[in-house]
Amino acid sequence: MADGTIKSRTGVHIEDRIIDEPSPGERARKRMFSHFGFMFGGFILLAIIALAFLAPLISPHDPFDQQLARKLIPPIWHDHAKVTWVHPLGTDQFGRDYLSRLIHGSQISLLIGFSAMLISGVIGTALGVAAGYFGGRVDMVVNFLITTRLSMPVILVALAVVSLVGNSLTIVIWVLGLLIWDRFAVVMRSTTQQVRNLDYVAAAQAIGCSVPRIIFSEIMPNIVNNLIVVATIEMAHAIILEAALSFLGLGVQPPAPSWGLMIAEGKNYMLFDPWLIGIPGTALFILILAINLLGDGIRDVTAPENRN
Amino acid sequence: MLIYAVKRLSVALLVALTVSLLTFSMIYLSGDPAMALAGEAATQADIENIRRVYGYDQPIYVQYFGWLGNALTGDLGQSHYLNSPVSEVIFTRLPVTMILGASALSFGLLLAIPLGVLAAMRPNTILDRFALGLAVIGQALPSFWFALIMIFFFGVALRWLPITGSDSWLNFVMPSIALGYYITPAVMRLTRAGMIEVLSSDYIRTARAKGLRPSVVLFKHALRNAIIPVVSLAAVQFGFMLGGSIVIETIFAINGLGQLAWESILRADLPMMQAIVLVLSCIYIILTLVADILNAFLDPRIRVS
Amino acid sequence: MSDRILEVENLTVDIPVGGGMLHAVQGISFHVDRGETLCIVGESGCGKSLTSLAVMDLLPSKAFRTANVLNLADEDMLSVGERRMSDIRGNTMGMIFQEPMTSLNPAYTIGNQMEEGIKRHKNVSTAEARERAVYLLEKVGITGAASRLGQYPHQLSGGLRQRVMIAMTIMCGPNLIIADEPTTALDVTIQAQILLLLAELQREFDMGLILITHDLGVVARIADRVAVMYAGQIVEQGTADQVFNRPTHPYTQGLLECIPIPGKTDRSKPLGSIPGIVPSLVGKFSACHFAERCPYAMDECVAGNIDMRGAAAAGHEYRCLLDNETCDANARKKGVA
Repeated sequence: MADGTIKSRTGVHIEDRIIDEPSPGERARKRMFSHFGFMFGGFILLAIIALAFLAPLISPHDPFDQQLARKLIPPIWHDHAKVTWVHPLGTDQFGRDYLSRLIHGSQISLLIGFSAMLISGVIGTALGVAAGYFGGRVDMVVNFLITTRLSMPVILVALAVVSLVGNSLTIVIWVLGLLIWDRFAVVMRSTTQQVRNLDYVAAAQAIGCSVPRIIFSEIMPNIVNNLIVVATIEMAHAIILEAALSFLGLGVQPPAPSWGLMIAEGKNYMLFDPWLIGIPGTALFILILAINLLGDGIRDVTAPENRN
Repeated sequence: MLIYAVKRLSVALLVALTVSLLTFSMIYLSGDPAMALAGEAATQADIENIRRVYGYDQPIYVQYFGWLGNALTGDLGQSHYLNSPVSEVIFTRLPVTMILGASALSFGLLLAIPLGVLAAMRPNTILDRFALGLAVIGQALPSFWFALIMIFFFGVALRWLPITGSDSWLNFVMPSIALGYYITPAVMRLTRAGMIEVLSSDYIRTARAKGLRPSVVLFKHALRNAIIPVVSLAAVQFGFMLGGSIVIETIFAINGLGQLAWESILRADLPMMQAIVLVLSCIYIILTLVADILNAFLDPRIRVS
Repeated sequence: MSDRILEVENLTVDIPVGGGMLHAVQGISFHVDRGETLCIVGESGCGKSLTSLAVMDLLPSKAFRTANVLNLADEDMLSVGERRMSDIRGNTMGMIFQEPMTSLNPAYTIGNQMEEGIKRHKNVSTAEARERAVYLLEKVGITGAASRLGQYPHQLSGGLRQRVMIAMTIMCGPNLIIADEPTTALDVTIQAQILLLLAELQREFDMGLILITHDLGVVARIADRVAVMYAGQIVEQGTADQVFNRPTHPYTQGLLECIPIPGKTDRSKPLGSIPGIVPSLVGKFSACHFAERCPYAMDECVAGNIDMRGAAAAGHEYRCLLDNETCDANARKKGVA
């Protein structure tokens, strides 16, 4: 009945209990905003991106400016005569302002992380979707490529290649991008396989849609959320790899303020000036953490059943 | 089961072959390997000499098959800088890295599996969130930085542990932790997910209905099934650790394969570099093979068919 | 020791859910004697499985039970701790589940899983446990029992696995067995065999058997007594003869109208059906749960709780406001009595 009650055959009125159900859109938005990791990670990442973009404007000093008279000043929270608000995070062994180097370093991490992720994403997704969609021989070949790639130790190969080809920013980006596409391929392959078997793909094939069209309009929208999750994982991976490479001296070259490089340079003074490694390391940690939380959050919000 | 093993073996061999090809071609990235090998201070005569000795003047396919042929008999070439056979040097230093890898793996697993089991027993409680939080933090911590932090606190400030060398087992404590913690998040999550799924399965309900003790239900029945994918993952992660040891070994000055790799990269000792990548890749391939076989063995549904 | 193996009075099971509290089982009372088969029947979601889990204290962690009385052979199960409970389970009280395909651990042999129970509860050697396992496997009709012990669950068919489950449950010689829809997942041809097997074993080992099912045909075959559940309550209880031949509650009458029973149902008339759906059990809800679908509902039916009342014969009770004569008349009119 219109007022929600049920009328029985003998005319007895029984109240129907209405359970209030939110709409799917409302539910998704609610999930997003109540997911702590998603919001926290997303916020931090946006803040760091903003820092990177605004670096020239907000850095108090030139990150390359050496002032040997002002070297090794501790950060502001230390109890030491030399601390000054001019250099709130102190200076390194060349007298360069650490805060400015930190802020500019974010550009390097984000740039490398994002670019390497993009390159590896294109390669891995193309391979994975092809393998998942076409199956058969294509799948065999892609699987073989993935297995071969997985058999080679990434850091070692990256180091070897960079040492032989030369280490500029571009080369580091390309080497990383050409090495870390495996997870993209694996995940996109299995996701595509799942989507491929769904009915509306069969329907699209039945009405004669061309393969590229099927891939882009039927399959891609359904694998996008997995793609984004893997993208965040690999971006974090690329950032850590670049930091490790730079730490070993085969990544970005000095005097660039790569956080990994800052840790390497500060390593020798670690004993008495631990902040030299503490600060850039913490920055790396926070950036990676934010990206990971964001990725986990996206996965939880878009497909909570995949949560492990 | 036998057909499966044979198929897997042939794929593994093919992969190994491809890796050898890639490793071999790696040295040509620098353009002229003879020049790279000779170094900056070399004269033209030195370079020509090296080219002749190492066979770089021959056609590429001849070089490749020569190299491959030698490799299969255990001859991985001669190190230009150490003036000794590459395989000899590698296999002297390999055990140290294996020990490091094994203890790192043990540490990682001993931390991850109990945490995963505990978290699965009480999902969504404080303990669970703590374990997951630990996983998230572990994944965000760069290993080289973590190693430095540990050195600072335990090696320098507290002076509990030695910070360089590989004399006693104490030397391996911090490196093992620095190398091993990185696999803890993935293994913990997998254990937790596997246990949660297994604990809600029908045969666990049957085990409880039979009045079996909780520890028996947990370990004999639940963990036995949940651990199967973890074993595969652990084997694979061990392979990654062998590769990742390069960073840790250089920080802690441990005389293993990673340190050797680092030195040969610095010195552009190409034959050594090639050989190390090849050896590590082959070890990894063997490990995945072992993992697959273990997997099939642990599940009676595959083993007995 | 009395003949009464299980005495349950006013058992409730509540589960907190998103929209409030789900009252899955609402104050039911029943009993089982030695050598007796009680069938609990009802449609999906009426609470019969949860009842059995509540008796075994195997409810999911979020659910909780209360009862006035829950005695297993004069032992108060409400006050025993989990230790004692795990001593009882699989020992004096056993349970058979619905899904034979997934109820056995794929990683261990049949023999291992059968022997572990008896070794846990009784002080027997491995050889003695093995002997008993072979004996019981043969009792449940499995040939080549000794070699079966070394097989894994995935090597057996569904029917065989269920037989193994039954044998496994009797290993320690329980006084009471609860079988929760043991044949639902099996082929129709095998269903009959398994049921007859259960009845046979029950007689031979002099156990009490609670059989939970939604299949009235099954009930007709082996029940001594029947409890009809609807929406968390028992709406009619009595001997099989009483419930089948003189169904009193309108729901029971409706059920018997729906299901053709050989020998009883008039073949010329169309099969009946009960219109409507089961009500939600979340939140406070008093009144007769069946009122919405009952052809005889009156205003009083939704006014408050309805207690069980006795029917014509002793031991036969039902939960309805209509008096006995009216119900009998209705039953005759429908042709189910």
